[in-house]
Amino acid sequence: MFAFVLTRIAQGVVVMLVVGFIAFSLFNFVGDPVALMLPPEATQADRQAMREALGLDRPFTVQFANFVTNAVQGNFGISLRLGRPVSALLVERLPATLELAFVAASLALLVGIPLGVYTGLKRNAWSSRLLLTASLIGVSLPTFLIGIFLILIFAVWLGWLPSFGRGDTVALGAWTTGFLSPTGLKALILPSITLGLFQLTLIMRLVRSEMLEVLRTDYIKFARARGLTNRAVHFGHALRNTLVPVITITGLQLGSIIAFAIVTETVFQWPGMGLLFIQAIQFADIPVMAAYLCLIGLIFVLINLVVDLLYYFVDPRLRIERAGAEGH
Amino acid sequence: MLPDMRLRSLLLPLMLALGLPAAPLPAAAQESARVLRYASQDDPQTLDPHSANLLSTTRAVANIYEPLVFRDKDWKVVPWLAVSWSQPTDKAWRFKLREGVRFHDGSTLTADDVVFSVERALSPTSQLKVSLQGVEKAVKVDALTVDLVMREPNPVLLSHLTAFRIMSRAWAMKNGAQRPQDYTAKEDTFASRNANGTGAFQVRERSPDVRTVLTAHKDWWGHKAGMNEGNLAEVVMLPIKSNATRLAALLSGEVDFVLDPPTQDVARLKAAPNLKVVEGAEQRVQYLAFDLHRDHLVYGNAGGKNPFKDLRVRQAVAHAIDMEAIRSKVMRGFSKPVGALIVPGVQGYAKEGDQRLPYDRERAKKLLAEAGYPNGFDVTLDAGSIQPAADIAQAVAAMLTQVGIRVKPNIVPQTSYFPKIEKFDTSFYLLSWGAASTSDILYTAQALLHTHSKKGEGDFNMGRWSNPAMDALIQRLQVESDPARRDGVARELLQLAARELPVIALHQPLIPWAMRKEVTARFTPTNTVYFHLVRVDGPARAPAGR
Repeated sequence: MFAFVLTRIAQGVVVMLVVGFIAFSLFNFVGDPVALMLPPEATQADRQAMREALGLDRPFTVQFANFVTNAVQGNFGISLRLGRPVSALLVERLPATLELAFVAASLALLVGIPLGVYTGLKRNAWSSRLLLTASLIGVSLPTFLIGIFLILIFAVWLGWLPSFGRGDTVALGAWTTGFLSPTGLKALILPSITLGLFQLTLIMRLVRSEMLEVLRTDYIKFARARGLTNRAVHFGHALRNTLVPVITITGLQLGSIIAFAIVTETVFQWPGMGLLFIQAIQFADIPVMAAYLCLIGLIFVLINLVVDLLYYFVDPRLRIERAGAEGH
Repeated sequence: MLPDMRLRSLLLPLMLALGLPAAPLPAAAQESARVLRYASQDDPQTLDPHSANLLSTTRAVANIYEPLVFRDKDWKVVPWLAVSWSQPTDKAWRFKLREGVRFHDGSTLTADDVVFSVERALSPTSQLKVSLQGVEKAVKVDALTVDLVMREPNPVLLSHLTAFRIMSRAWAMKNGAQRPQDYTAKEDTFASRNANGTGAFQVRERSPDVRTVLTAHKDWWGHKAGMNEGNLAEVVMLPIKSNATRLAALLSGEVDFVLDPPTQDVARLKAAPNLKVVEGAEQRVQYLAFDLHRDHLVYGNAGGKNPFKDLRVRQAVAHAIDMEAIRSKVMRGFSKPVGALIVPGVQGYAKEGDQRLPYDRERAKKLLAEAGYPNGFDVTLDAGSIQPAADIAQAVAAMLTQVGIRVKPNIVPQTSYFPKIEKFDTSFYLLSWGAASTSDILYTAQALLHTHSKKGEGDFNMGRWSNPAMDALIQRLQVESDPARRDGVARELLQLAARELPVIALHQPLIPWAMRKEVTARFTPTNTVYFHLVRVDGPARAPAGR
């Protein structure tokens, strides 16, 4: 177990270095931030002075070495757009993105798994067919379109929910939360549905097909033969055995929810990291873009690590095989 | 990962068409408190008045900090923090400051603050040095009198000074904000997120990318001086990046004002019963320019020659462009075709220099044949990716191809576009130039028409056109202090440019502002909302909670 975790961490470090290099080298060719920072009317001398001041005139390798050294210490420099330390900006924006991702993921799991079980058990009921058809919408419609439709219906027509922003937030130390104010909670509804809908339908369809698979297996028949209740068969045996793929997918999807909240955040002007990233791209704000990519890389690495560990608890076979292998 | 813009622009009309019966608004609360919720796609980068010379920043800063002189309804320079001025010597301008002007923190404006602000705006990290062009330093004469000592003459200093804003010295000293924000520093300066000016509005809250809340400055000198035309107690400036969301917020009544509605939706916004659109012209001109330096085309093929060096070819290009079609089809009516690089309202504008060559394809073909290109030639037209430049480049390419100049439009991402043309790496390019920061011809002529040199002349003359007569005229503009004679020089300059066509002016963009019916706002040539000129009438609503 310990060796396994160590291997995973070592792999993670390699991944992070590669991500760091790609992030950095890509951004070296994104464009000229100086052109955007200075007005078009600025003189060439102004431009050159700015370039030198930012270190953009130094060789590529020197810039990258500096970047890695600083990145390890959490120092990604100053945002070219906002003129503030990138680490401080990310810390400020992280709560908004994580809260949104948390609500969206909870929504996906809490609604997706029961619906998946239901449609798996009642595979021929008309309600199941209806749900499956409806779920196609979630799978096939692009996020921003769902967002705009929700805004149209609930903000413009009905006027029930805000079309943008995060509402009032309450500061708990460095963390700002929207969970503690009515406007904050209202503001969470549309973006989290937009962000979570795809995952919800994905999980629902995944659980359903896994359930169908598992229900056909011999041990379910044996369980029934033993006279266990439906409830024990469905949830104790069947659902539990569907969970390994569900955990894998959910884990990876959680990473995607955080990383690809970009679109949702742009549509709803949600002040999270995704919005910060989009605006950084438009400004060729290299420090922010680099930091964001590295952070997202780190989140994916960590989530995968946690998912790997979770297998141990869900699937006893993994524990036995690994123990057996080490015994030789 | 970006949403497909085309799909979105298809969807929005649907939204607007269906969405017109907008949600009912929350009813009245306080009669006196008038709040304007203002949305635009950009957030100010900083609140520092001497740091970033960017429009999105100035739009906030101009309401918080004030200049010595500013502009009236007709865009003429008028006294502002200074009540009068004179030129005691060739080398100095003397400004008498207004008495009893208060900063937001209650302290009084004195000559020390002006001297300090001049130093600050001239420091290396300032992007606002242009607002003090020609100024060497400021010297305090007495508590309310300041001399600006000139390094070189600047006959349009007052125009430049409208962009130079005054910060409190004591406040900046106390908070370690003596220098404008430096992008290379490790910390942000206090003044980037806080402000202490004399303006009609003061900052109550600043959350980058979320909101900036301004409240009326009770002690503003303008209240007594009758400068306040508005009735706002509070302004909430909201950045909303997505076009669709920004308009949805206006339709649903969550914001009162949208600075930058997408032009394709303006017609529908006008039709909405509870909204209106105010249109105005920015002092900006979009133009085509040629490489007039090299003897061959870097991007194109004309048998080893550079056809643009022949005046007849440049005239042919001008004749071949149907500006009316570009105005109605590409700009959807939001432009005014022009013949000069500066527009009415800019000092030095002369009708005689503002003449477009008429749209005449046959004439264009004839001129090309006379110049020795009966079969035309190939060339690449470079343009930045920001709209409407990309669409205009496409349209121009199609029009020129019809007369035989086979143009390949090359749309370059905006971040790479300036570095490219800055290196003169182009044969034919599209650019726009805004004159509003000084509203004087010198600023434009010096950058676009003067022979390119290292000293800040011809900085944007990427075609490297060089004409001694033009350079001499610009020289005279710089030193001529008699207004009538100076206007004469300007007229001559514009006529020379129209004759020689080193660039072809296309049009002046018109800017729509969208707002609720209850809002009254006047368009300004800087495309900036001055909140002391804005009224919100009709039934009052509760101050925006969000």
